[in-house]
Amino acid sequence: MSFVQNFPFFSIIIAMFSGIVSSVISGKKARNLSLAAIAVTTCMSAAVLAFTWRTGESYTYMMGHFPAPWGNEIRAGVLEGLVALMFGVVMFISVMGGLDHTEKDVEPGKLNLFYIMIDLMLSSLLALVYTNDLFTAYVFVEINTIAGCGLIMIRQWGRSLSAAIRYMVMSSLGSGLFLIGLSLLYDVTGQLLMIPAKEAVAQIAASDTYVIPMLVILAVISVGLAIKSGLYPFHYWIPDTYAYATPTASAILSGLVSKGYIFLLIKILYRVMSPEHLMEGYTLDVLYWFGIAGMMMGSIHAIQEKDTGRMIAYSSVAQIGYIYMGIGLGTLGGTTAAIFHIFSHGATKALLFISAVGLYEASGGERDYLSLRGAGYRNPLAAIGFTVGAMSMVGFPMLSGFISKLLFATSAFENTGKLLPTLIALAVSTTLNAVYFLRLVISLYRPERKKVGGVRRDSWNLRLAVVCFILLNLVLGLFSQPIVRAIGQGLEMFD
Amino acid sequence: MFTHLMLNIEETVSMILFGIGFTTLLLHPNLIKKIIGMNIMDTAVYLFLAAKGYIAGRMVPIMSDGIQDASAYINPVPSGLVLTGIVVSVSTTALMLSLTIRLYERYGSLNLDRILILVKEEGKT
Repeated sequence: MSFVQNFPFFSIIIAMFSGIVSSVISGKKARNLSLAAIAVTTCMSAAVLAFTWRTGESYTYMMGHFPAPWGNEIRAGVLEGLVALMFGVVMFISVMGGLDHTEKDVEPGKLNLFYIMIDLMLSSLLALVYTNDLFTAYVFVEINTIAGCGLIMIRQWGRSLSAAIRYMVMSSLGSGLFLIGLSLLYDVTGQLLMIPAKEAVAQIAASDTYVIPMLVILAVISVGLAIKSGLYPFHYWIPDTYAYATPTASAILSGLVSKGYIFLLIKILYRVMSPEHLMEGYTLDVLYWFGIAGMMMGSIHAIQEKDTGRMIAYSSVAQIGYIYMGIGLGTLGGTTAAIFHIFSHGATKALLFISAVGLYEASGGERDYLSLRGAGYRNPLAAIGFTVGAMSMVGFPMLSGFISKLLFATSAFENTGKLLPTLIALAVSTTLNAVYFLRLVISLYRPERKKVGGVRRDSWNLRLAVVCFILLNLVLGLFSQPIVRAIGQGLEMFD
Repeated sequence: MFTHLMLNIEETVSMILFGIGFTTLLLHPNLIKKIIGMNIMDTAVYLFLAAKGYIAGRMVPIMSDGIQDASAYINPVPSGLVLTGIVVSVSTTALMLSLTIRLYERYGSLNLDRILILVKEEGKT
């Protein structure tokens, strides 16, 4: 056994322990520890990715050396390594970009508490990516929820508090459904580990028993995770949550947290459920149509919105719709496109939230998109970052959003039944995206009507973060081939 | 149909409780009652798990009197899951309660609808 194989476990435990240590040290030290932990775990994820890429197969890591039906397992392959690497990179840049805003928004003396939440968030995201055990997944889903709520409520603002309680209520509903789904699944199969559970599920499918219970399990787990990731009809908590948190928290919540749940759902759909059950229950079709509804409605809501932060948040609803549409296609290409869009949206949405902060500050703290008029001249770098992000979301060539739209469109040809609706949805949604994003970008570069105060230079870390995110977007857009190949290889060794 | 429900009375009750808790958490405007709803929902799942793990006539899964035979004990896994679940639900409840205190100190109300209206008004001024 190679030493690298320990890394998934090490990275989860490092993140968790730095959270524990942060509770007794000062804010500055906690910040440095948190950044170091994210950097170290990201390097470890890269090592796991390189290792599994070289060996060409995924491996299972037994916790405490108890063999399959009993113990707790971690499983790492190319896909898991890649997702963990991407989450780490986006998280590091987001934390770095929001450093001084965090210090301003958090009550004095409580800075270390914020970084505890960041550490817990990191460890729970990594655990959701790597774990192979259903109940461990539930526990880390809850840790993720608690950390997410902490990240929102750390800003002592009425809107953040009310957003936090709504987030908490919706997330608790989602976790409740997920938990009852797991309990039912454990009941029917007698297994908690994903691989033995899959064998049991396949037996059940072959023997044609428990048809309705399996349908209920699938429905309850999908709805639970859909609520938590903000699929269209369950998106009401999204705009306030993303728009009124501190910038780092907005970037992490919109770029990463919902993606962790989606990755878990992909895992359960393909690693636990059998294809027969997926077909019989029309689960994928339901996800597909709700995804398309989300693409439309998210953009329409965004067009009606005047507040820039809420506009970007509604655009997240639309992008989550894209991801669910990709999963709903039910083909290898569709899932590849969905996972690529997880990366692309993570990089882009974090860029939009971080650079929007620079624009608000250049416009005297106003968030209305009309008040951002001329902000492109007052804060050029933030405006370039925002423009790149907006272009990427619309699907401009060379940027990551274009590649994901291309992948969605080409993968639609694998499933002829859904070809036409997918292409129409992509076309309409792209147009709607263009309406509100270009409106904002044009507003940034219109000549200013009157001099606005509050012109100030952003701190170096915010500017560095914007540059890093732009580069990440370009890398995803220009060098997408190896990434797509890695996702394809990862999906092959996934189940 | 009805006999099946009566045979599995624990499961039936736990599903009804889950429904009650879920609906309260989703629809009740009072924050404290929402939290109570969440606890009912979680507890319903624990009842379900415990009922599923129970095997009539067997002992608690704690080694006693030196009996090593596994068939003397009930299934320990659901009990373990219930314990873990209780820990999780305690921390979620604590977090929700602390948020409720914050909101009550700020807006003097436990009604979420009212709080949301107050927040909107506060944002306008």
